[in-house]
Amino acid sequence: MGMTMTQKILAVHAGLDKVEAGQLISARLDEVLGNDITTPVAINEFNKAGFTSVFDKTRINIVLDHFVPNKDIKAAQQSKQCRDFANKYDILNFYDVGQMGIEHALLPEKGIVTAGDCIIGADSHTCTYGAVGAFSTGVGSTDMAAGMATGKCWFKVPAAIRFVLKGQLQPPVSGKDLILHIIGRIGVDGALYKSMEFTGPGVASLTMDDRLCICNMAIEAGAKNGIFPVDEVTIQYLTGRSQRPWTVYEADEDAEYEQTIEIDLSALEPTVAWPHLPENTKPAADGKDVKIDQVVIGSCTNGRLEDMEAAWKVLKGKHIAPGVRAIIIPATMAIYKECILRGWTTDFIDAGCVVSTPTCGPCLGGYMGILAQGERCISTTNRNFVGRMGHVESEVYLASPATAAASALTGYITDPRTIAE
Amino acid sequence: MQANGFVHKYPDNVDTDVIIPARYLNTPDAKELAAHCMEDIDPDFVKKVQPGDIMVGGANFGCGSSREHAPLAIKTAGVSCVIAATFARIFYRNAINIGLPILECPAASEAIRAGDKVHVDFDTGVITDETTGQTFQAQPFPPFIQEIIKAGGLMNSIKQ
Repeated sequence: MGMTMTQKILAVHAGLDKVEAGQLISARLDEVLGNDITTPVAINEFNKAGFTSVFDKTRINIVLDHFVPNKDIKAAQQSKQCRDFANKYDILNFYDVGQMGIEHALLPEKGIVTAGDCIIGADSHTCTYGAVGAFSTGVGSTDMAAGMATGKCWFKVPAAIRFVLKGQLQPPVSGKDLILHIIGRIGVDGALYKSMEFTGPGVASLTMDDRLCICNMAIEAGAKNGIFPVDEVTIQYLTGRSQRPWTVYEADEDAEYEQTIEIDLSALEPTVAWPHLPENTKPAADGKDVKIDQVVIGSCTNGRLEDMEAAWKVLKGKHIAPGVRAIIIPATMAIYKECILRGWTTDFIDAGCVVSTPTCGPCLGGYMGILAQGERCISTTNRNFVGRMGHVESEVYLASPATAAASALTGYITDPRTIAE
Repeated sequence: MQANGFVHKYPDNVDTDVIIPARYLNTPDAKELAAHCMEDIDPDFVKKVQPGDIMVGGANFGCGSSREHAPLAIKTAGVSCVIAATFARIFYRNAINIGLPILECPAASEAIRAGDKVHVDFDTGVITDETTGQTFQAQPFPPFIQEIIKAGGLMNSIKQ
């Protein structure tokens, strides 16, 4: 029996000719990542265990993105602890306010993660980098500490679900609608412990921003990772960007998949996940009576340039509904600057939106858009759990940037196809 | 190794946002985190929990964020063991890495009720509901993971 793409990458990094699902391995890491919430716990574990050096100062990434610019004194202390550690060990990829971006938008943009890599990050959405053909997964702070010290991590080799994509997305339907559709279909534990391997003729039509968004939410189906094959879109994205040479791995013809799911991209429609689980999906059109108080467009899921463009296309020259608060957060400083250069920021402001510097802030109910009791938000973020964005009796509806922007205009959940350009 | 305590019972898909809400993630201090454990799903948990108590969840326990603050808060609150039908994968490895005992056992997850007195033998994987007299067999951990648990967590294990 052959290996899946994920299994091939893991085998090479474990120094083995072959691995199979369920096998426990210790693998060499190409990159280790943490943020301002998870890194302090990792630093404490690193120090407590008595380590005094890191395995490779060029392969550790510390990105301050959750609570920066710092929201309170305690958050500032956490950032300071990360900063001091980065200085002490001369960590090359330390990103502070002014250079930072939301980690999973920033690392691909900078070319730090590349095809064939084996990557861990103390953040659940580290699975994002499967978009460039890497094995990448979220872990905890202790794993990060051990990874920083040894350059290794233990894994259980995952079984796989294959998603065969056909057809082509019909704009404004996007990668977000596809991943919400998949989670709705298989459930929040539908891919538990497994890899989600995307393949089929429909892959070629998906942009890198779409692929990053799709892999980003693999965790919301319980998956260990999501992964796309390396094709022309990938090579074009990595060329002139990737900081290291990359390696292309392909699944064997006879690789084993526990399940194969076919999806016709052409048939997908704007999709929204109702509270309080990402699997509670319905067509956006079903939400026309759901009144909203707030809109968030941003995050590691949908804060990239194409996401900003999708929102801008809906909002330009119009104004959001009275009583709606719309918060737009470009995910990195480069995207933030590009929005200014292209005039989108002005159009967002003229439409009645507020535009923030990069932060994870509202997605996890940190700051910059906390909901009060009974309030509803439509958001391009990734989770709609109880209390996720604020009060336990507030609600989050997950959607694409186009759907969120269209909803901002009407004040109700709105299918973006019903908004005239 | 044994655990013995009263059960706090939770449904499927208990996520790390309800185990420890992000508004408290501005500190890595385990005691501060434990003071808010389960606050958004069971506000009385921290008042009720006694050292040694056992948490029983349904499927996909600990889904969502990678925050190790979640198992850390549960452990520091005094919970001796978490039993669930299945665990979300990052929570699973975090619990092992920090030395919070966990067991996957769908039958126990289904049958055990809130408030039952439960005994767990980690060497055999036998879970006994002393209130109802029922016993359940959990899957034992593979040797690789048992080594991490025996060492008292991942950092001790890699130092050895």
